[in-house]
Amino acid sequence: MKLIDYAKNIGLLATIALMTNVNIVQAAEGPVDKGITLQPAASEVAHDIASFHNAVLMPVMVGISLLVLVLLIYVGIKFNEKANPKPATFTHNVPLEIAWTAVPVLILIFIAIFSFPLLYKEDVTPAKFDLTVKVTGNQWYWSYEYPDADGISLTANMLSEEEAKAQNKPFQFATDAALVVPVNKVVRVQITASDVIHSWALPAFGVKIDAVPGTLNETWFKAERTGTFYGQCSEICGIRHAFMPIEIKVVTDTEYAAWLASHKTADASPVQLAQAQ
Amino acid sequence: MAHAAHTDNDVHSDRPSIFNPWRWLNSTNHKDIGTMYLIFAIVAGLVGGGMSGLMRWELMEPGIQVFNGGMWGDAHNYNVVITMHGLIMIFFMVMPALIGGFGNWFVPIMIGAPDMAFPRMNNISFWLMPASLALGVLSTFVPGTGSGNGFGGSWVLYPPLSTSGHPGPAMDLLILSLHIAGISSILGSINFITTILNMRAPGMTMFKMPLFVWAIFYTVWLLVLSLPVLAGALTMLLTDRNFGTGFFDPAQGGDPVMFQHLFWFFGHPEVYILILPGFGIVSQIISTFSKKPVFGYLGMVFAMGMIGFVGFIVWAHHMFTVGMDVNLKAYFVAATMVIAVPTGIKIFSWIATMWGGSIRFSVPMMWAIGFIFVFTIGGVTGVALANSSFDVIVHDTYYVVAHFHYTMSLGAVFTIFAGFYYWLPKMSGYKYNSFLGTVHFWLTFIGVNTVFFPQHFLGLQGMPRRYVDYAEVFAYFNKISTIGYVITAVGVLVFLLMLLECFIMKRKAGNNPWGDGADTLEWTLSSPPPFHQFSEPPVFEDKGGH
Repeated sequence: MKLIDYAKNIGLLATIALMTNVNIVQAAEGPVDKGITLQPAASEVAHDIASFHNAVLMPVMVGISLLVLVLLIYVGIKFNEKANPKPATFTHNVPLEIAWTAVPVLILIFIAIFSFPLLYKEDVTPAKFDLTVKVTGNQWYWSYEYPDADGISLTANMLSEEEAKAQNKPFQFATDAALVVPVNKVVRVQITASDVIHSWALPAFGVKIDAVPGTLNETWFKAERTGTFYGQCSEICGIRHAFMPIEIKVVTDTEYAAWLASHKTADASPVQLAQAQ
Repeated sequence: MAHAAHTDNDVHSDRPSIFNPWRWLNSTNHKDIGTMYLIFAIVAGLVGGGMSGLMRWELMEPGIQVFNGGMWGDAHNYNVVITMHGLIMIFFMVMPALIGGFGNWFVPIMIGAPDMAFPRMNNISFWLMPASLALGVLSTFVPGTGSGNGFGGSWVLYPPLSTSGHPGPAMDLLILSLHIAGISSILGSINFITTILNMRAPGMTMFKMPLFVWAIFYTVWLLVLSLPVLAGALTMLLTDRNFGTGFFDPAQGGDPVMFQHLFWFFGHPEVYILILPGFGIVSQIISTFSKKPVFGYLGMVFAMGMIGFVGFIVWAHHMFTVGMDVNLKAYFVAATMVIAVPTGIKIFSWIATMWGGSIRFSVPMMWAIGFIFVFTIGGVTGVALANSSFDVIVHDTYYVVAHFHYTMSLGAVFTIFAGFYYWLPKMSGYKYNSFLGTVHFWLTFIGVNTVFFPQHFLGLQGMPRRYVDYAEVFAYFNKISTIGYVITAVGVLVFLLMLLECFIMKRKAGNNPWGDGADTLEWTLSSPPPFHQFSEPPVFEDKGGH
């Protein structure tokens, strides 16, 4: 997509122009101090969302806001009481009215050209997925199951400030049990909740899906690099809503196989292992 | 536009003393009721604004400093505060100010009517509001969940958090509170529809009505069409909680997501209910102080109608992450983006109204121009959020908080202050101190932008909303946001000072303090207007403005 690349540069310039005094360079994973842009993407979908935002939406948003601002300043200078003591009386200008109806329509169509394919791409799970994890939201922790590797289930509670510090992990993001998935594999996520509605969010993968009791929702992601990524519950669920984060560890196939083996009950079949590779 | 050949300026001697409680309790006078609505809105606004103060205080730094189990309670009480902040600002501040306050005061006068069509119903519409607010406030003092008092599930009231998640009576009181507020609004709306359709003075055809009257007309239609759906959803919540039904309980075959559909079928028109009257006010003010008729009057009328209509068919864009079918999402993306078109027509028509005008930067005009700018920012982020593909990454983050506060806390509230400064001389009879008004404007403009602009960054970085505490990494912009709140709060103090000064100094305003541009009927009356105006209908002549 050449157009996207071209527009990306414009978007970046606009962003820099808008926020000159804030450092936009991001090195680490996840949110950064004083960060003003989307988190670094770690999946193709998240990259696409970031490009869509930076290259399509931002120029449109900044452009329209600046246009209105410039027009307001211009009329304020040109047509204030002193500069223009005698007001005009016109109330119509048909070509102009057609223009400011038609041009926004064109802008919206331009946005839609990028928006709709991306919507379908991120929403529809690829027919060929590599593994399934089942996520359950609870007040106030997440539990994970690996239906393909029978027997493995995890319960993820947030680490306390001391525990996080001891393990050198970010407080309020780190949990005592990370969801472990292999890199470059399509992971199908099935999600529900046991009590009230929660929402499972992983900004780096462009994933956010509500955990609704009585419903099995589905989404997917394909992590493009190894590492530890974090998310947080994104639907108010009671007193500890802010304290049920999501930690996900993306590992290589061999590490994943080893992890599975170490978690596996004695009679787990090797078939899933093979599938995972 | 039109102007009255006949005015009715004699002050009747039947105006009771303001210290007579029956004047207020039994009032059937649209101006007195409008005044009560405005005072009610100011009080509710101070309470709701104080609650934002608690939130910003808590969020000033990472860690839990305020809701730490001390005098302000714990994290549950934080959730109660965000819930009540939302409900109070929507139902008890913005709606009473714009519809009950300015609508009651100026719709009858602008169409040349002596009063509202059903004056006694007008009385009960108002007096249900304090009852409703009392129930809502009471709910925060009775058990909600566990050992915590009040309902802490946010103003959207999603089950199961509002059913099995909050078994205590707090939620029941809140449901009754909203039911009563809804009845109040429906009665008021019926009154406005009847008044506008039947009580226009001779010559005042629908398409000669001032845009503010059109705005209220659309708004009250949105209310009568959407509030019954909220009432139905609330009743189902009530029976789910108390009478064993299972509309929203999956264990009984119900569906929690169904509540969200019903709620947002009301909730989305509701946000246009909050902003349409403001559109009307801004149109009046821009035209008055540009000394020029509104540009594209018909286009403005139809744009508001289109915004109102489309507002009914876009509700599920609040629910892009609930697991809807992708084709349904695609529809709601497309429908939502359409709203940008009539909104753009309005923004550009306001600018075109100023174009070629002779603009006077009075206090109301500054608020109106400020509104156009901040509403544009709220509008463009709205277009971004309309795209489900992008929304998924910022859904339920501070990006959304920033977006809707730019349209509401900056947008709608700016129109309220614009209207207040525009009509205060008419309503009180006194001129206010423009310097204080100007200081109030700039403090508010700088303050609220400092509060909400950095929240876009927090949202893009992924900070979820409705969090009592946040990670260290989000500290910087949260601190700036809290500083912005302090600036805004100083602005509120200046506003109260301005009011006090205005009523102490008692500078006579005269019929029309704004000059030639102010050509609607209220400016032909004395300030304050006679207790009963237009006992004989005024007669219009069309000046051919449009």
